[in-house]
Amino acid sequence: MKLRENYENTKWGRFVRFVNGGEMAEDNFRLTGEQLLDAGLKPSQKGQEAQHVDLYHKKRERSKQDHSHMMEQYENWSKTKGLKIFGSIYRIISMCICLLVILVLLLTVANMPKFGAADAPANSNEVAGRYIEKGQEETGAVNIVTGMILDYRAFDTLGESHVLFIAACTVLILLRIDHRKDGSLVHAELAVEEDDRKLEPKNDKILQKAAFFLVPVILIFGIYVILNGHISPGGGFSGGAIIGAGLILYLNAFGFQKTERFFTYRTFSVVSLCSLLFYSGAKCYSFFCGANHLESGIPLGNAGDIISSGLILPLNICVGCVVACTMYSFYAIFRKGGI
Amino acid sequence: MDIIQSFPLFNIVMSLMSGVISSLLPRRKAKALSLALVGVAGIMNSIVLWHVSVHGQYTYMMGHFPAPWGNEIRVGVLEAVLAVFFCAIMFLSLLGGERYLDMDIEETKANLYFTMIDLMLTSLLALIYTNDMFTAYVFVEINTIAAGALIMIRNNGHTLVAATKYMIMSLVGSGLLLLGLSMLYGVTGHLLMVNMHEQIVKYTQTGEYAMPLTVAMALMSVGLAIKSALFPFHTWLPDAYAYATPASAAILSSLVSKGYIFLLFKIFYRVFGFGFVLDHKVTNLLFAFGIAGMIVGSVMAIYQHDVRRLIAFSSIAQIGYIYMGIGLAVSMGTVAAVFHIMSHAASKSMLFIAAKGLSDVSGDSKDFSALQGSGLRNKLSGIAFSVGALSMVGIPLFAGFTSKVYFAEAALMAEGGKLSVAMVALAISTILNAIYFIRALITIYTPKEGDDFDAASYRPPATMAVALLCFILLNLFLGTWSNSIEQAIAAGLGSFE
Repeated sequence: MKLRENYENTKWGRFVRFVNGGEMAEDNFRLTGEQLLDAGLKPSQKGQEAQHVDLYHKKRERSKQDHSHMMEQYENWSKTKGLKIFGSIYRIISMCICLLVILVLLLTVANMPKFGAADAPANSNEVAGRYIEKGQEETGAVNIVTGMILDYRAFDTLGESHVLFIAACTVLILLRIDHRKDGSLVHAELAVEEDDRKLEPKNDKILQKAAFFLVPVILIFGIYVILNGHISPGGGFSGGAIIGAGLILYLNAFGFQKTERFFTYRTFSVVSLCSLLFYSGAKCYSFFCGANHLESGIPLGNAGDIISSGLILPLNICVGCVVACTMYSFYAIFRKGGI
Repeated sequence: MDIIQSFPLFNIVMSLMSGVISSLLPRRKAKALSLALVGVAGIMNSIVLWHVSVHGQYTYMMGHFPAPWGNEIRVGVLEAVLAVFFCAIMFLSLLGGERYLDMDIEETKANLYFTMIDLMLTSLLALIYTNDMFTAYVFVEINTIAAGALIMIRNNGHTLVAATKYMIMSLVGSGLLLLGLSMLYGVTGHLLMVNMHEQIVKYTQTGEYAMPLTVAMALMSVGLAIKSALFPFHTWLPDAYAYATPASAAILSSLVSKGYIFLLFKIFYRVFGFGFVLDHKVTNLLFAFGIAGMIVGSVMAIYQHDVRRLIAFSSIAQIGYIYMGIGLAVSMGTVAAVFHIMSHAASKSMLFIAAKGLSDVSGDSKDFSALQGSGLRNKLSGIAFSVGALSMVGIPLFAGFTSKVYFAEAALMAEGGKLSVAMVALAISTILNAIYFIRALITIYTPKEGDDFDAASYRPPATMAVALLCFILLNLFLGTWSNSIEQAIAAGLGSFE
């Protein structure tokens, strides 16, 4: 039973509405009793029709006016002037915070041990010492960095190569335009975009001639960097990036028709799958042996030979494959929504 | 060495491998593989838990080189408890939301969803077990990317915006973490937690490098607070949780942010040492933000019309509780915080799954006006939602009550003004929780006029029913049998020092 005419707008009425899942805010479309009376009895401009006025209609009209008036006063205020004031305050505060953080960080760096100093904790403790002194002997890799990332701290690198894989998968989820088995698009509205992405740049003679000479050199150099990762500076990550760049140059010069002959989604997934599975499997075996103090039975070979340093060479090849595939597939997905 | 001790390694490698394999499998097989993987991981971790509770904690060498040179993982009681618990929650969330994955995700991309789930499991396990700061950072990266993918794979506009927000905030957090980590490495020269701790103890005695250590701690705390959505950094959370597919929302809310909080515990206890943290008053800051989060999150939740946004805002409040627990700066506070990680995870994932069940019988709407009477139409989801809501409010018998008791107990031990502030904040926040959750319960149990829904013939998906029942049992278990878990947590935290 409603005792008061303006029950809906009382605090209790709003609370009941809130409990029942309605809005808490004041209802602007409901008028109080007096306002209703006011609206109904006020003589309209045409004079005679006052009694026949549609109460409900009048009420709506009035509240609409009120509403638009309120919008002007409050809503638009926040969109125009309010936003401006807020924006400037926000900018000032964020700049202050930013400067403060920069200051603190600079002060901190000034208090840190000097970069590259021989007596800095990171350079003088037993960890770095053993890497440098015994690295070659224990891992079989002349390049200590490779020995470190693929043997001493291989678990981190195992995670890192999966970061690349998961990043490629995420981009696939976001940008791949999929077809059903019958060839229709899963999202019909992407058809325009797909057409758009298929627009190939015009054949550029200069680019093609340059790529004709450069691509093989780049690819071979990439392979060299990967295979010599344990002997000279380089390794899977850098070599893979070089091969990926070569593939992207080839794609730019000659278009998808050429690259699709040897690199499709299937190639991407099979190559990454095999490399990562081999990586995980091999490392799981080596971790297990290490933890249980068993001999892994993998010969380290002669330091400096191509085929040496145990698992490092195959792992470098795996990492290189993953990196190259990821680089190329990123580019291809962004270009045409698929590999 | 016992073969059981290798189980954490096997778990991590297994989930990495199945993540990679899933990318080539058809949808159904990928789903089966994921469920099997999470189940097996749960079982193996339970065996590990049994092993460490009998034989004590151990460190496991990852490779042929001992710890400061090679990598290492550390398995203790607390780690094993959390690993088992995370696997269980993940399994139940996947099972409960399994039916809706097919609707929400394009069929050609569904297998990639399970790739993300598998790698998410890997990263959570590695974050739990790691004993090395850089390993932690690598798996934080995997976790961040996987979480972003879990949000946006349900391809509607909202999730894209939410995922963008999430990525921006989360990457800022990762960046700060990495910055702090590199500073710490520069100062201590180590990445292994134990050695870092030794060096830091030495520096506190000599007074060297006080500023870089403080700044590094601040950067890491802020970074992880952003990633776990502590109050002023919570803006990415509501959209992400409200629009992602239910299984994702359940996993994100209950596991992802909790993994980061656990990492923060590890940094506080194992890297800096809790004494160092107390001396630098970081806990006071976390306490203040935690309290603010508790109140603001609850107040914002009251204004929501959308049941899932309500649950999401309630998450912000609950994260505030956890940080308040750390901020109390007593060991009981941390125990309470870890217990709240578990009780919140158990309740929140249940709420998300149950809310989906409720909106399922309300024309797929999440709005309260449509949800009226839905608890009568879908009885099991209604009951599960009530259990979750009562647990969040803190009614005895349910998990949330126990963690609130622990928080109160910890507050009694706290020094100075923290006691009264924490108690008052707990009381206010409980009342606010009650306001919005009881309102939600009234709404879903008020019969709708002219409702012609045939409740008798409605059958919820079988997997969802099983998952909800298990969630309810888990909640009651945490609420009534909490003593042994609390002891395990206290023992585990004690061994961290």
